[in-house]
Amino acid sequence: MTLKALAQSLGITLKYLFSKPVTVPYPDAPVALKPRFHGRHVLTRHPNGLEKCIGCSLCAAACPAYAIYVEPAENDPENPVSAGERYAKVYEINMLRCIFCGLCEEACPTGAIVLGYDFEMADYQYSDLIYGKEDMLVDVMGTKPQRREAKMTGKPVKVGYVVPYVRPELEGFRAPTEGGKK
Amino acid sequence: MNWSYPVDPYWMVALKALLVVVGLLTAFAFMTLIERRLLARFQVRMGPNRVGPFGLLQPLADAIKSIFKEDIVVAQADRFLFVLAPLISVVFALLAFGLIPFGPPGSFFGYQPWVINLDLGILYLFAVSELAVYGIFLSGWASGSKYSLLGSLRSSASLISYELGLGLALLAPVLLVGSLNLNDIVNWQKENGWLFLYAFPAFLVYLIASMAEAARTPFDLPEAEQELVGGYHTEYSSIKWALFQMAEYIHFITASALIPTLFLGGWTMPVLEVPYLWMFLKIAFFLFLFIWIRATWFRLRYDQLLRFGWGFLFPVALLWFLVTALVVALDLPRTYLLYLSALSFLALLGAVLYTPKPARKGGGA
Repeated sequence: MTLKALAQSLGITLKYLFSKPVTVPYPDAPVALKPRFHGRHVLTRHPNGLEKCIGCSLCAAACPAYAIYVEPAENDPENPVSAGERYAKVYEINMLRCIFCGLCEEACPTGAIVLGYDFEMADYQYSDLIYGKEDMLVDVMGTKPQRREAKMTGKPVKVGYVVPYVRPELEGFRAPTEGGKK
Repeated sequence: MNWSYPVDPYWMVALKALLVVVGLLTAFAFMTLIERRLLARFQVRMGPNRVGPFGLLQPLADAIKSIFKEDIVVAQADRFLFVLAPLISVVFALLAFGLIPFGPPGSFFGYQPWVINLDLGILYLFAVSELAVYGIFLSGWASGSKYSLLGSLRSSASLISYELGLGLALLAPVLLVGSLNLNDIVNWQKENGWLFLYAFPAFLVYLIASMAEAARTPFDLPEAEQELVGGYHTEYSSIKWALFQMAEYIHFITASALIPTLFLGGWTMPVLEVPYLWMFLKIAFFLFLFIWIRATWFRLRYDQLLRFGWGFLFPVALLWFLVTALVVALDLPRTYLLYLSALSFLALLGAVLYTPKPARKGGGA
């Protein structure tokens, strides 16, 4: 350790004093997530509006945390819900058990379940952390507590993240992108 | 050497003393915030900014927290000394500031911009700052804890060691000015040029030693958390702990005010002389410098600390004192000291620019 090094180190810290802090002031500013972030699951639809999920339960079989429960039912040929023979009548994920590993997404033969970007799921009751179809279909924006708050205050759902782009697997999912458009 | 200073009425002195105490306590509160914000920015963070605009109410929140936290007196503690120690620390820290002049006589609404004007000013400063060691030592002793005792021993050893360098460094300007009065020292600098030009090594030694006196970073051994938990205030909690912090910050502010007073012309400035302004700017500069150093440098090991104090600062201060004494005793022209100061500055510059080849001992990378 020389005096020169000591003097140089002062210069280095002074340089950092005038640089922009790297801190993200999170609740005030959104977090920048990567496009392949593993967040709350999204149940996607085909472009014609039919659900991709065919109720095969392969996701539930693949799930290492036993977080997924699927109850299939036969499609009404006149008025089908999904593109296959059957559809998921009940599709529940227990977010307290889920480890967000993405194996369900790997196992899914139709690409119906895809991990999205929502992560602000903290809630007050165990039962509120079981997400059903109505909480995970593509048109749903935000998590249960976020939507509950939006309903109470009458304001639109405000999510705490921003992504550079939405990956193609999340077909039809609306997420705030860095360009500023939703 | 015959400046005369008007004397204030007693009520005014009391009022100014109150003002200094209130001012110092407020400054302490906001220095904690400023230091945390600055350290954060040095580390590319943001620092406390949640309480009030820019975190300005953070000191208030901290104060409320400190006061209402549980106040534990350890079972093994010597109760009387345990309570007395932080009070001693704070009181003697507060006492030193009153001597410092902030402007020419009569510039405080027609009164004097200092609390008291002592002819033995520097002696008084030393007496008071030495007594502050008692607070630290008693706190370690009264806590009945090994960590506290070790921390307080370290603290008092380093404070006493560096006090020597500090005292000797100050003797050079005192010899030149021929007075221990802080007002005399400032006035002399106004007439003859700032003292750091005449005593650069002494200035440097004083700067380093006052960092140690205020227990600032390269010398903040009493609080080496990795080794000592909290040092001498390990067993203290709540408001008593806050009092130690207060004492430490007041030492810090006082040191930042004393360095410019003694070596950088105090409230004077060759151009644009405004009372108070330059003094506050100089204080702010040294506060910033100390925080900057805290953000950058590492802490010295205990033996390194003592070796540096006794083996480098003390001899340098002694040498410069002898040189100054020689010049003054033989009544040589004072410009010799200017040249010698410049030479020592060049030597320092050379030492900063010189990079020796790293000496590798043994094998390995």
